[in-house]
Amino acid sequence: MTTALIGQPISRVDGRRKVTGAATYVAEFQAPGLVHGAIVRSTVANGRIASIDSSAAQQAPGVIAVLTHQNAPKLAYRAHKGAPDPGIGERLHVLQADRVSHQGQPVALVIAEGLEQAVHAAMLVRVTYAPEAAITDIARAEPVPLTPPSETRRGDPDGALAAAEVKLGQTYVIPRENHNPIEMHATIASWDGDSLTLWDKTQWVHNVADEIAAVFGIPARNVRVISPFVGGAFGSALRTWPHVTLAALGARVAGRPVKIMLSRREMYYGTGFRPHTVQRVALGASRDGRLGAILHNGDQETSTYEEFTEALLNATGFLHSCPNVNTRHRLAPMNVHTPTYMRGPGEASGIFAIESAMDELAVALNIDPVELRLRNEPEQDEFRQLPFSSRSTRECYQAAAERFGWSRRNSEPRSMRDGRQLIGWGMATATYGAGRAPASAMARLLPDGTAEVASAASDMGPGTWTSMTQVAAETLGLPIERVRFTLGDTRLPRAPVHGGSITMASVGSAVQAACRKAREDALARGGGTNDVTEAMRRIGQPVEASVDSTPGDESQRFSMHAFGAVFVEVAVDPDLGETRVRRIVGAYGAGRIVNPKLARSQCVGGMIGGIGMALMEHSVVDGRNGRVSNANFAEYAVPVHADAPPVMDVIFVEEHDPHVNPLGVKGVGEIAMVGVAPAITNAIFHATGKRIRELPVTPDKLL
Amino acid sequence: MAKHHVTTTINGDPVEFLCEPEQTLLDVLRDELGLTGSKEGCASGDCGACSVMVDDRLVCSCLVLGVEVDESTVETIEGMADGDKLHPLQQKFLEEAALQCGICTPGFLIAARALLVKNPDPTETEVRYWLAGNLCRCTGYDKIIRSVLDVASEMKRA
Repeated sequence: MTTALIGQPISRVDGRRKVTGAATYVAEFQAPGLVHGAIVRSTVANGRIASIDSSAAQQAPGVIAVLTHQNAPKLAYRAHKGAPDPGIGERLHVLQADRVSHQGQPVALVIAEGLEQAVHAAMLVRVTYAPEAAITDIARAEPVPLTPPSETRRGDPDGALAAAEVKLGQTYVIPRENHNPIEMHATIASWDGDSLTLWDKTQWVHNVADEIAAVFGIPARNVRVISPFVGGAFGSALRTWPHVTLAALGARVAGRPVKIMLSRREMYYGTGFRPHTVQRVALGASRDGRLGAILHNGDQETSTYEEFTEALLNATGFLHSCPNVNTRHRLAPMNVHTPTYMRGPGEASGIFAIESAMDELAVALNIDPVELRLRNEPEQDEFRQLPFSSRSTRECYQAAAERFGWSRRNSEPRSMRDGRQLIGWGMATATYGAGRAPASAMARLLPDGTAEVASAASDMGPGTWTSMTQVAAETLGLPIERVRFTLGDTRLPRAPVHGGSITMASVGSAVQAACRKAREDALARGGGTNDVTEAMRRIGQPVEASVDSTPGDESQRFSMHAFGAVFVEVAVDPDLGETRVRRIVGAYGAGRIVNPKLARSQCVGGMIGGIGMALMEHSVVDGRNGRVSNANFAEYAVPVHADAPPVMDVIFVEEHDPHVNPLGVKGVGEIAMVGVAPAITNAIFHATGKRIRELPVTPDKLL
Repeated sequence: MAKHHVTTTINGDPVEFLCEPEQTLLDVLRDELGLTGSKEGCASGDCGACSVMVDDRLVCSCLVLGVEVDESTVETIEGMADGDKLHPLQQKFLEEAALQCGICTPGFLIAARALLVKNPDPTETEVRYWLAGNLCRCTGYDKIIRSVLDVASEMKRA
């Protein structure tokens, strides 16, 4: 065996291609005869298309075809539900009827020789509407129960709240946010008879193939999807959005490969968003800080055609110990396109409410916020009545508090200053589920002592290429530079969706199993040597192993989550209301860390995402018509270099979890986003004495 | 309208191309010349992913027309390494995990090199504000800042 590679801070194996500009993202693939598509989008939020006049567009230079619901081929739209699709409802069908359900819905597609020609002709398509009343503001929407209703209850929450010595109840609001990966979504579609090749920005190539096959009524094996490099996604590329269907449809009609690349503005109208949520939390506690009751209700926007839900209230049931808990999740169907999962989905929003309320309780009780959480640390998952596979919250509080210097905190609001700046220290707990899904992988040892390992996984940035190469090389017993890992192609063994922090647990376990089998086979046939390179030289031909790796019943026997604690220092300008985050310290119990360099990078990136969520990000929806009035990078503020705190500390506490999966990993991509926003707003309260319960905390809210 | 003939120098090589008057330099680089290292993240000059040098000036190539670089010198990410030898900034970005998905990385590298040419000894604040025009959603920025400062001090010692 070579030295251990799992756990080493290896630099990205795909890094050289990325720093030289050689990495090819979807929009950069070439297909002979490629032409361009531009989408005409609805300018009303609800109604019917009264007329479409595409004559001027059809006569514009370079135009090959203009497709509308009047002339587009009828598509099969067979039933298909991938894991990221809402369980209830039906996906948007494009160009199949005159019905418009939201602003920005595709109503026509122009195919032209050149991109500028397509964009110009799209502006010449004249559409009139018979508009109907639209609901685009959650305040005017009527929340309804999920199908089936999602309400949990243990103990007697109402009675316990009424009887509690100390109680509080508040409403917490998170606006719509957009993922805004720097790479825009793009698809290139190319037909060869009844077979289709798609180059698509996606977090799951196999689901794109399955869905497009269902839409067009062809076998999934006829669709090949290629997606080697993904320029960020954060959830926006989990689902197969309408523009993918449009690219395939356009290519079929034009008889030429078609490329559709969304503009930054279009990214706000067709690739999902973190839904606007309104949460009500009531806490009851004894004077010594024991939680007696938690009531947590959440309303969340969705579209009129699908019930999108995220795990908004899940963590409430197990994060803190409490005998009496009620959660109720409802949806507000609105004239918007369907929201989707965005980094840390569910927990990032739900825990903002719970951890803000816990801070308010700490203030009301005059108990240190860390101490309050320690007094309510559960021994097991009280919701599912299961032991945790591992839970390192205490270690995280301790490690982060110590690194941060929390013991020097003066608990009095407005008591800490630096010159004229008000200084505040705040903290919050974080958690995210440690999931695992079935995955397959192939390992092929070659006589020259190198190996090819493959799984149709994705790498939107966390480092799948690198971490899988580490697992493969260590398991095979080869130096890392002799192992080549391949991903992002439906011709490779099937992998699950690249989201929810499950890739390492799922694909990593499959890669490990396939490599173990290939190595064992090689050594068995290699004539007694224990050196796989020597064995392969003797065998003289490839040795290949393919493995389907599936989780066992561990998720039925254990409650499996990563946990963490986030500590933040802010400085608030008392005259300008501007908040700067000066320090963030995050400690995480996330099982085994395969690559500390890349895992730290993930966590720092999540912290910055949390700063955006807390202080800047807000897709401003015009309640009159559903338009996003800041659908661009100039007005949708995201953190920049100057916003990054000078101190960003990431601690991985030692955690060995023998239950969660063969590698003992929990993933860090989502949890890094969780807990940051409440830690910041709690720090802002400490700095200013002002409790802000509606994100983002822009300066006007502090003046 | 007839295409325009443009004569330029890109990454040290003489290059001639034909382009439409409305074509941006970014589209010319990517679609006509196959130099896809410069990325499009917004097409409005907000994200910096398309950063290139035109006559030693840092520009967003999405805001420059192809015809404007006639008789000019253009430098892109494809010309940053010296053959197989990476520029110190490229090497440092790779080693320090100053990149993740990589889509913003070429723009950052071009912008960072432009800073060090103009100001070989920048303060941390100068690095932060110079690079504030380049957006990244993955890395959290701090490793990028450290990488640029480290390279500046290494180049000073060399």
